[in-house]
Amino acid sequence: MRIGIVDYGIGNLGSLRRALTLMRFDAQFVTEPAALDSVDRIILPGVGNFADCAASLRLAGWDEGLRQAVSENGKPLLGICVGMQLLASHSTEGNDADRSPHGLGFIPGHVRHLRQEGSAERAPHVGWNSVEPSPSAGAIFAGIPEGTDFYFVHSYVFRPDDATHVVAQTRYGAPLPVAVRRGRVFGTQFHPEKSSRAGMRLLRNFAETPWD
Amino acid sequence: MLKTRIIPCLDVADGRVVKGVNFVDLVDAGDPVESARAYDAAGADELCFLDIHATHENRGTMYDLATRTAEQCFMPLTIGGGVRTVDDVRALLLAGADKVSFNSSAVADPDVVARAADRFGSQCIVVAIDAKTVAPGKWEIFTHGGRKPTGIDAVEFAGTVAAKGAGEILLTSMDRDGTRAGFNLPLTRAIADAVPIPVIASGGVGTLDHLVEGVTEGHASAVLAASIFHFGDYAIAEAKAHMAKAGIPMRLS
Repeated sequence: MRIGIVDYGIGNLGSLRRALTLMRFDAQFVTEPAALDSVDRIILPGVGNFADCAASLRLAGWDEGLRQAVSENGKPLLGICVGMQLLASHSTEGNDADRSPHGLGFIPGHVRHLRQEGSAERAPHVGWNSVEPSPSAGAIFAGIPEGTDFYFVHSYVFRPDDATHVVAQTRYGAPLPVAVRRGRVFGTQFHPEKSSRAGMRLLRNFAETPWD
Repeated sequence: MLKTRIIPCLDVADGRVVKGVNFVDLVDAGDPVESARAYDAAGADELCFLDIHATHENRGTMYDLATRTAEQCFMPLTIGGGVRTVDDVRALLLAGADKVSFNSSAVADPDVVARAADRFGSQCIVVAIDAKTVAPGKWEIFTHGGRKPTGIDAVEFAGTVAAKGAGEILLTSMDRDGTRAGFNLPLTRAIADAVPIPVIASGGVGTLDHLVEGVTEGHASAVLAASIFHFGDYAIAEAKAHMAKAGIPMRLS
């Protein structure tokens, strides 16, 4: 199983590859959309600003490459943190004329600030928070007990239009969607690669499960 | 529920952890890479790596060391010390930091925080504030390892950097650092209550009750300590169990 980590110039991806390599997966950085052909599963990381990440994806044609890999070739995709938010249709972050606020639109929905989601807690939401998978979450949370802590660091939240696309929630001043799934497209707001054993397990579930 | 974090801090000088470390299972007690590995295994919630003698000349060596330390961490890593520019932040993120901490340079130019947050996101920008009590209920920022007074009010400055886009404040009480007398609780509370971002309390931890007080009385979101963990006085798991017993939500693994 060859796992491709999309490297579109947004920062440090070393820990993600190390986590996968440690579990003996063949994980490699994919630095151009054409190279998505040579991998079986795709991880889309993302840190920082949504609009910057979205713009970087578009600039190099990743949006089209990923669309093809996912819709035409049926490759499973996991978006992490801003990578999950990029699955959305639209974000309110960095929404100005110079920056495109549109995401990939693989899972219809919107990205908003914690405040707009009704959380009055300190922002960013930083640290380990307990995650409650929904009964429909399936194999992505296999072997991970309800309420397991994962590491978060974010100020924005992706809420899918269709509530059935939410497969896990956490509470931080309000219930927040923190893992999503639509078919073979997955996303986690938390960082599995920074979440110790539970995070490793989730990455392994993504990499190993024969997704329908 | 969000858990309170325990963050061991590696103060690194010339490639070695200073203040000493005393883990029994370390091959080399003063090696930051070995320390990171041990803290990762011990269940620390994050790790902080501060280059306390940062100079222009040693940057290359520091990045290499940071990378090797990051390789041992499946938890978040904050790196600080001598960070001056947006390019410094970029270099450290590429070296393996998850968050980068500004200190003196943010005091000299608070806008560098805004530039870095705009470029990389608030979530990876920490501002370290070193403050000393100058009068009851008044705290002043000191820079250059606590040697240089600035005349800047610490609470006001915390508000400024939060507004500029800092994602967290790492607050060290210079009066307490190294004393093991406990956090400066009035200072910690004054700043935690004044800003909408998380505050990490630092400086003065000598007992596990001090960690508890930092949260219950200081209103900190995380507690940072060096000596009590490095010297093996307390294990991370012991500290977590103690805090949990005091009613603080902790990640127990």
